[in-house]
Amino acid sequence: MSVVSKEFIVINELGLHVRPAGTLVKLANKFKSHISIQRDDDTIDAKSIMGVMMLGASKGTVLQVKAEGEDAEDAMASIQSLFESGFGELEASADTAGGQV
Amino acid sequence: MKIDGVGVSQGISVGKTFVMEREGFSNVKRTLSADKISGELKRLEDAISKTRDQLKHFQQKIKNELGDSHAAVFESHVLVLDDPMLIDPAMKMIRIDRVNPEYAISEIFRVYLEKLEKFDDPYLKSRMADFRDVGRRIQMNLAGVEKHPLANLQEKVIIVAYDLSPSETASMDKEKVIGFVTEAGSRSSHTAIMAKALEIPAIVGAPGVTKAIKTGDTVIIDGNRGSVIINPDSETLKEYQAERKKLTLSVHAIEKSRKSAAETLDGIRVRLSANIELPDEIVHVKLHGARGIGLFRTEFLYLYRDELPSEEDSFQVYKQVVSTMSPDSVTIRTLDIGGDKFVSQLNLPQEINPFLGCRAIRLCLQRKDLFKIQLRAILRASVYGTVKLMYPMISGVHELREANIVLEETKAELRTEGIEFREDIPVGIMIEIPSAAITSDILARETDFFSIGTNDLIQYTMAVDRGNEQVAYLYDPLHPAVLRLLKQVIDSAHLNGIGVSMCGEMAGDPIFTPILLGLGLDEFSMAPTDIHSVKNAVRSIRMEDARKLTTEIMELPTSAEIRQYLANIT
Repeated sequence: MSVVSKEFIVINELGLHVRPAGTLVKLANKFKSHISIQRDDDTIDAKSIMGVMMLGASKGTVLQVKAEGEDAEDAMASIQSLFESGFGELEASADTAGGQV
Repeated sequence: MKIDGVGVSQGISVGKTFVMEREGFSNVKRTLSADKISGELKRLEDAISKTRDQLKHFQQKIKNELGDSHAAVFESHVLVLDDPMLIDPAMKMIRIDRVNPEYAISEIFRVYLEKLEKFDDPYLKSRMADFRDVGRRIQMNLAGVEKHPLANLQEKVIIVAYDLSPSETASMDKEKVIGFVTEAGSRSSHTAIMAKALEIPAIVGAPGVTKAIKTGDTVIIDGNRGSVIINPDSETLKEYQAERKKLTLSVHAIEKSRKSAAETLDGIRVRLSANIELPDEIVHVKLHGARGIGLFRTEFLYLYRDELPSEEDSFQVYKQVVSTMSPDSVTIRTLDIGGDKFVSQLNLPQEINPFLGCRAIRLCLQRKDLFKIQLRAILRASVYGTVKLMYPMISGVHELREANIVLEETKAELRTEGIEFREDIPVGIMIEIPSAAITSDILARETDFFSIGTNDLIQYTMAVDRGNEQVAYLYDPLHPAVLRLLKQVIDSAHLNGIGVSMCGEMAGDPIFTPILLGLGLDEFSMAPTDIHSVKNAVRSIRMEDARKLTTEIMELPTSAEIRQYLANIT
């Protein structure tokens, strides 16, 4: 069993709102590992939409993601690419949203 | 007792009420004996699984009614049901604290929503209602309520609520609802739109109604005056029933007049078309005999959803409306969002003064990607009937030109891709900003038609927010300044050989019909239900007299005197 921990910055404009939160939760649920997300003193289960929403993570928020379990490495890699792609939001809106931010 | 609000859908309804609880959580705590625990756990599991089925069914229903992307909102609802933060603590509370599932659910949601409440984020706040909705559904299923109370109404009722969520109105048994009264909401709120589409009287912004009215009370709602009369005395009741009868009689008259022409006594024809918000409303458009659609608002495609609509989504909606209305024309207004309408997906920055901010064409010119997707969808739909394209909130010719550049780019792309569209699609603008009205002579040279949006034009001209009770009295369609602007716009259009329509509320009120005829308006676009009375007004005056009356009215110094003048001639 391995434990992986990594820090991410939310880069998508909308932050972890419902749709991105849903994407993250659905992804987390594909893995067996226990995945947690910590913001300051709050730690929540990444498999919980209510938890992720409760982080209130807007753009620029720093989050500590921790995965524990047999597929922890795979889980972290997937989560990393999700964060880096701005939750797929980049193609959809961020390229032009840049103009107004 | 009488409470005044804003009448957003006309007509009178008299009936028993059904009051919706706002929070709706039952939080009665029961302590379970040990032998009951496993049964209660099972009861919760069943309720959750039933809720899941309902939400899936609901998702399908919305998908059929409004399209794929609207339904996507319900995906997050389903995720809540599977949420470890919900199920695990609930089970634990039942097992260890030995409380009933209803209480466990209400506690979990209460604590959770309190935490969300702390974030000062309007998007999150609007979503809290959705989460609350999920909690309520679980409780309903625990209680063994087969259907949402709104889907299971036994008799015809008037719904009284603090506010209605889109999911609540969608699950409603629409045959049983004869009126709406809400405390929150405005003319552009979801409830108002639904009520208009369903053609039932509705009043929004009626303070205190959920406290003042109890389920089963008899109320009269007068959508024309915007008032709710609670448990009226027999005399008032009689009065209203008589008035309602008259209105019902006029429903038969509508049937009769549907085929008659909108023609003055001396044979001058004008065009009466309809404003619509949802494709479903076409039924009413046809029923009331409107000639085409003078304003198809497209905002519904963008509201109440998590993602922006795709080109294909939008195209399918436009195509359906355009082909159903063909050969009559459909004027599609490009996105008029911003201001009062918050679109979460666009992540619009908060503005101190949204009505003077980045909305409508201003937003579209900043977000050309978004604008192009809509233009592509509209252009593609143009081959299925008669489409006119209209830009909202144009303040001057530079914006018109800039929008047209985007339009030409979009056309060029479609040509390259070999996608069919009507090259000669007419392009018009809304005249709703005083600067556009004042420069209408310049604008008329570069556009195919005008459509006057009186609601905004009056607000901007008088510098008054009609939603603000303190100053709403200043909102006055008959103010000489407004009438002068209207005259100027119509004259500029005609000098340049283009037509003018009006799609604001003023067009749908028969009081103003003689003046608008006299000013030379070519097309009146209004809520389908208003067609009949405006048509009557057109058919009962000679154009010559309308012109004479208008000339005289233009000389009067105040709207009070204008009103007096109008009252004397009728």
